[in-house]
Amino acid sequence: MSRWLPRTYLTLVYVLLYVPIIVLVVFSFNDSRSGYEWGGLSLRWYEALFNNRAMVQAMWNSLWLALSAATVSTMIGALTALALHRYRFRGKKLLNGMLFIVMMSPEIVLAISLLALFLLVGLKLGYVSLLLAHVTFCLPFVVITVMARLSGFDERLPEAARDLGASDFTMTRTVLIPVIMPALVAGWLLGFTLSLDDVVVSTFVSGPSYEILPLRIYSMVRVGLKPEVNALGTLLLVFSLFMLILSQWILLRSRR
Amino acid sequence: MKQTLLSLSNLSKQFDGKTVLDSLDLEILDGEFITLLGPSGCGKTTLLRLMAGFEHPDDGTILLGGQDLTHTPPEKRPLNTVFQNYALFPHMSVFDNVAYGLKMEKRPKEEIRQRVDEALAMVQLEEFARRKPHQLSGGQQQRVAIARAVVKRPKMLLLDEPLSALDYKLRRTMQVELKRLQRELGITFVFVTHDQEEALSMSDRVVVLKDGLIQQLGTPREVYERPANLFTARFVGETNFFPGRIDKANGDDTITVDVFGLKRTFRKPDFPVAAGQPLHVLLRPEDIRVLAPDDDDGVAGKVVERNYKGSTLDSVIHLEDSTEVLASEFFDEDDPTFDYRLGEPVKVSWVDGWEWLLPMESPEAEAEANLDE
Repeated sequence: MSRWLPRTYLTLVYVLLYVPIIVLVVFSFNDSRSGYEWGGLSLRWYEALFNNRAMVQAMWNSLWLALSAATVSTMIGALTALALHRYRFRGKKLLNGMLFIVMMSPEIVLAISLLALFLLVGLKLGYVSLLLAHVTFCLPFVVITVMARLSGFDERLPEAARDLGASDFTMTRTVLIPVIMPALVAGWLLGFTLSLDDVVVSTFVSGPSYEILPLRIYSMVRVGLKPEVNALGTLLLVFSLFMLILSQWILLRSRR
Repeated sequence: MKQTLLSLSNLSKQFDGKTVLDSLDLEILDGEFITLLGPSGCGKTTLLRLMAGFEHPDDGTILLGGQDLTHTPPEKRPLNTVFQNYALFPHMSVFDNVAYGLKMEKRPKEEIRQRVDEALAMVQLEEFARRKPHQLSGGQQQRVAIARAVVKRPKMLLLDEPLSALDYKLRRTMQVELKRLQRELGITFVFVTHDQEEALSMSDRVVVLKDGLIQQLGTPREVYERPANLFTARFVGETNFFPGRIDKANGDDTITVDVFGLKRTFRKPDFPVAAGQPLHVLLRPEDIRVLAPDDDDGVAGKVVERNYKGSTLDSVIHLEDSTEVLASEFFDEDDPTFDYRLGEPVKVSWVDGWEWLLPMESPEAEAEANLDE
C-alpha cells in the first residue's frame, strides 16, 4: 500500500507533464480538421505549415534572432563574467547587482522601458531592436552561468600557462576558454531558448518588418487553434530535443 | 666556488599597505638547492612569485646572470614553477600538459615528442602519457607537474610547497626523488616550505623568513645547531630555552653561567657579554640527559608526559620552578624496556659544550617567543 502511493503520485506528475505534449505530437498527424476527433494519419498540417510563407518566414526570423542574440550575449556575458572574476574595480558590486536587477525585474517592466528607450533614441522597431532587447535579458543568465564555472577555476592555471611561455592571449585561447567551454555552451543554449520563446518583451519591441514565431503563433491562436500549430509545436519539440542532445554530447566530450 | 645565478636586491612588496617583503637581499647560487622556510604569511610565497614574475616588486631589482628581470613578464623568464596544487591543465592529456611549454617555444613536432617522452621517463610516467590529470593519483600529478616544468630546461626551478598535499610516506619518497632530479639535472632549485624537517633534509642552504625579513641564511646544520635568534631557534626543530645569568667571563674564552642555580662553564658566544647579564641557554631535546633523582648533577623535576616514538622516547619533565623541559632519548640496546612512569622524580642535565647561547631580545620578541609555549 505505502509502496503504491509514491508511485501513483509520480506517475500522475509525469502524466500531467507529458500528456499534453504527446497529444500535441499525435494530433499534428491527424487528418481531421477538428482538434477533438481522430481522422487518420496525415502530413497535411505539415504541408500547410510549409506552404504558409508568413509562418516559415517567422520561423527563420526567430531562429536567426535566437542565434544572434545567444551568440552576442554569450560573448558579452563571458567577457563580463571574466572581468567580474579577474579584476577589482570601482563599481564592481554595482555592476553585479544591476545584472541581478535585470534578471529579477518583471519582464513587462523591462519591455516597457526598452520600448521607451528605443522610441526616445528613434530606433526603428525591427530586427535591431529585438536583438538589443533579447541580448539584454539573456545577458545576466550567461554571466551567472560563466561566473559559476569560473568560481571553481584554479587561479594557478593561467599562471602556469604564462610560466610555460604563453602570452596572455595564448593563455586565454589554449587554457581559459577550453576550461570554461561547458559554461559557454550552457550559457549560449540558455540564451538561445530564452530568446526563441520570448513573447512579452518581443511584443513591445518588434515591428511589422520583422515578425517572429512566438508572436505569429500567438496571433494565430487568438482566432482559434489551427492544427498547423500542432505541427509547428512538434517540429520545435524535435528541434529542442536535438539541441539538448547536442549540448550534452559537447559537454561529455569536453569532460573526457 | 659556485657563481651567483639569481641576485635579489632591496626587494620590497606591499599588499594593501601591508608590508610583505621589506628590502630583502638574497643571492642564489648556480646549481644549489635553496629552501625558503617560514610560517604562513612570512613572505616566502610572495618572494617566489616575484622570482617567477607573477608579482612585481614595489622596489628593488631581480638579476638573473646579470640580466635585469625585474619587469620581465613570466613567459619571458628562463625559469619555471611547480605549483602547490600542481595546476595541471584539466582538459589536456599528460603528454599535452608536458608538451605545452615546448609548443609555446614553437619547437618542431619530433623534438617535442622526444623531449616529452624523456621528461615522462625521468618521472616514471611513460605509460600514463595519454591519461587526463584527473585519472592520476596525487603523487602522479605531482610528477607530471615537475616534468612539465623541467622539460623546458629552465635555469632555475621554483617549487611552491609542492609536497604539502601529499601524505607523509609519499612526501618522503618525493623528497628523495626531487633531490635525485636536482642532482641529475644540475638545475638550481628554489623550494618553498613551512615544514622545517623537509627544509633541513633537502637543502644545501636554508633561508629562514619571518615578516618579510630574512632571519637566518645558512646550511641546515648552521640553522639547526647555531640559530641566529629566538625565532629561528623556535621555528626550526624543538628547543628548550633555559634562563641563564652570566656569573663571570673567564680569561680562556669561556664564561660561567648560572642556570637553575647550577654554575656551568660555556664557550664564550659571539655577542658581547658582561657579568650579571641575562641570556638564553638553548638545548635541543636530544641534548638533554635525564638522570636518576639521586645523581649529584642536574636539576630536579618530575616526568609529566612520555611519548613512545619508536626509535626514541620523548618525555616532558616539569622542573621545580615549573619550567617545562623536553627530552628525547634513544633506546639503549642494553635496556630495551627503558621507560618512565608519570610523576617519576628525575634530574635533568646536559653535556656542557652542546648548548647554544642567545642574547635577550626586545621585549616584544621575548613575549612572542613565550606565547608559543
